[in-house]
Amino acid sequence: MKIHEYQAKDILARYGVPIQPGRVAYTPDEAAAIARELGGPVVVKAQVYVGGRGKAGGIQFGDTPDQARAAAAKVLGMDIKGLKVEKVLVVDKVDIKEEYYLGIILDRKTQAPVVMVSKEGGIDIEEVAANTPEKIIKQPIDMRWGLRPFEARDILARAELPHQVISKGGAILSALAQAFIESDASLAEINPLVLTTSGQVQAADAKILIDDNGLFRQKEYALWAESEESNPLEYEAKQAGLTYVKLDGNVGIIGNGAGLVMTTLDMVARVGGKPANFLDIGGGAKAEVMYKALTFVARDPQVKGILVNIFGGITRGEEVAKGVIMAQAELPKGMPIVVRLSGTGAEEGKALLKDAGLDWGKDMREAAQKIVAAIG
Amino acid sequence: MSILLDNTTRVIVQGITGREGLYHTRNMQATGTNLVGGVTPGKGGTTVEGLPVFDTVAEAKAATDAEASCIFVPPPGAADAIMEAASAGISLIVCITEGIPVIDMTRAMIVVREHGARLIGPNCPGMCTPGHGKIGIIPYQIFTPGLVGFISRSGTLTYEVVALLTEAGIGQSTCIGIGGDPIIGSTFVDYLKLFEADPGTKAVVMCGEIGGSDEEDAAEFIKTMSKPVVAFVSGRTAPPGKRMGHAGAIISGNTGTAQGKVAALQVANVPVADTIFEIPDLVQKALAKL
Repeated sequence: MKIHEYQAKDILARYGVPIQPGRVAYTPDEAAAIARELGGPVVVKAQVYVGGRGKAGGIQFGDTPDQARAAAAKVLGMDIKGLKVEKVLVVDKVDIKEEYYLGIILDRKTQAPVVMVSKEGGIDIEEVAANTPEKIIKQPIDMRWGLRPFEARDILARAELPHQVISKGGAILSALAQAFIESDASLAEINPLVLTTSGQVQAADAKILIDDNGLFRQKEYALWAESEESNPLEYEAKQAGLTYVKLDGNVGIIGNGAGLVMTTLDMVARVGGKPANFLDIGGGAKAEVMYKALTFVARDPQVKGILVNIFGGITRGEEVAKGVIMAQAELPKGMPIVVRLSGTGAEEGKALLKDAGLDWGKDMREAAQKIVAAIG
Repeated sequence: MSILLDNTTRVIVQGITGREGLYHTRNMQATGTNLVGGVTPGKGGTTVEGLPVFDTVAEAKAATDAEASCIFVPPPGAADAIMEAASAGISLIVCITEGIPVIDMTRAMIVVREHGARLIGPNCPGMCTPGHGKIGIIPYQIFTPGLVGFISRSGTLTYEVVALLTEAGIGQSTCIGIGGDPIIGSTFVDYLKLFEADPGTKAVVMCGEIGGSDEEDAAEFIKTMSKPVVAFVSGRTAPPGKRMGHAGAIISGNTGTAQGKVAALQVANVPVADTIFEIPDLVQKALAKL
C-alpha cells in the first residue's frame, strides 16, 4: 500500500526522526494560514502517489503567506503523471548544505531488509544503482536484533558522510530501520536526508510502502488507504476484496489463481486480443463471488467482452456457471461472455451454461480465440 | 523414485482442526500420504480422522517421529508455526498459507536455516509424488507417475500444465508449487539440484512468472545440469509496478520482466514454451534426445 509523504513523515517523527514543521492543506487559504503560523518561507509540496513531483512543477516556494497561497493555487488541481493533486504539504523551507540518501528495501535474495546509503541524495536511487553502484553502501539487517546503532553509524561512515552527520544520522537510520520493521514496510526511504546550513540533520522527504499482508495488524495505516485518481476501480476492487488490476485493453478477464490468470492474459494477447484487466477470484469461490467479479469487470467502460477461465479443484464448475448466469442479466445487453471450465463440476457447469445460451471454450486457447472473435 | 516425499514419509498437519486443515487432511489421506498426526494448540489429546492431535509440534514429533509438516495456520500465526516446526526438528515444512506479512518471513527464514530444515512455500499449493501421496492441496487425480519433475510458482497454472502432460502420456516424478510470495523457503535452483540428483527424474518442467530473479538464477544453474529442463514464463503482458495477484509477482523497474527471464533461459539453451500448449511437445523432444 502506498502512503503520502506527510504520512510517511508522521510515522518517522514517532520514531524520533527530525522533520520540518508543517501540515497538509486542501485549499490555497489553508496553505496561507499554515505559512502564517510557521512564520517564515515555506515549501508547498504536492501529495500524490508518484515520484518526480519536483520536475513536474509540484514543488513550489513561498516567502510570505500570500506567496504560499499562490504556490498552493498553482499546485492544487495540477495533473502529475495522470494523478490530480488534491492536497499539499506546507513546511518550513530549510537552507540545505548537503543531501544524502537513506533507504531500506525488502531484498528477496538475502531474505531480509537491506539498508542502502549514499552520500548523493535527492536523486533517483535506481539511477545511481544502475550507473554508479559503488556509490551505494548496502547492508542486510539481521532480523534477530534489527539494525543496531553502531551498525547504522558504521554504514554512514563507509558511505563517507561527513563526521558531523555520523551521530545524528546514525540515530535517524536506526529509527528508520525500527519504523520499517514495526510498520510492516516493504520500502522506507529518506531522500534526501539533509544537512542544513545551521548544522541540523533532517528528513526533507520520505517515502514508505506498507506490505498489504501486514495491514491486518497496522490498523491505523490501513485507514490511510485512498483511491488513486487515475485508477478508482482498483481501489474499489480492493475494498470489495477482489484481486484486480486494471489494464488498457477491451477483453475482461477472470480466472482462479494468479499464475493462471496471468497466463490467460498472455493467451488473449497471443491470439490478437487486448486484456482489459487481471482478476483472480482465488480458490473455492462460490456463485456470489463469480457474480461480483463479472459485474465488477463489466463496470470498466472499455470492456467489450469477458473471458472466464476456471480450473476446477476446490472451485466447482457449477458454482462458476451459476454466478455467470446470475451476472448475465445485469451486464450490458449483448456483451459476449466465453466461459472455459475444467476439473471439478465442469460437466454440470457446462450443462447450466448451455441451457442459458452461453458460449464456452474447450480449453484456454479456444476460449481466448472465441472471445477475441466475438468482440471483433 | 522421487524427491522429498514418498509413501513412507511421516507427515503431520499443523492447524488440523481448522476448516481448511480438516478438509485437506481427508484428501491427503485418500491419496495414501502417511499422515501420523496433527497439531492444534488447545486440542491436544483429541483425535481427527483417526489421527492423534497434539498441542505442540514438539509433542507430535516426540510421539510420531514425524519428518514433514503441512501448515494450514492463518496468516497472523503462520510464521510462528513454521518456526515451531523447524525448532522441533521437522525437516520438510510445507506452508500453504497465503498472506503472511513479509517481515514475519524474514524472521522465520533465520530459524529454518539455523535448523537446516527445508521450507516449501508459503503461499503455495504444496507438493505431490504421484503414486505415493501429497502434502498440501494439489488435486491429485490429474497426476500420473512418471519421469518428469515439475516446479512452478503458481497453483492453478501447475494443474493446467500437469493435466496437459498427463493427457500427452507424460508422467511426473514429483511436483512442487514453490510459492508466490517474495520470500519463499526454497527457490527453483534448490529443487533443480534435487531433481538433478534423483534417478527417478529424467527431465524437469519449470513454470516461472514475473517478479524477482529466481528464473534467471535457475538459468545459470541449468547450464551445469545434465538433465534437460523445459520452461514457461507467465506475465508477458503484465505492466510494471503492479502486483499480479501473487505478492511476489511484480516487475520493479527493469527487474523481474517475463522478457528478461525468457532471454536468460534461452541463453542457457532452455526451450521456453510460448504457450502452455507447447510444453508437452518440448518435453517429448527433450526426452527423445536422451
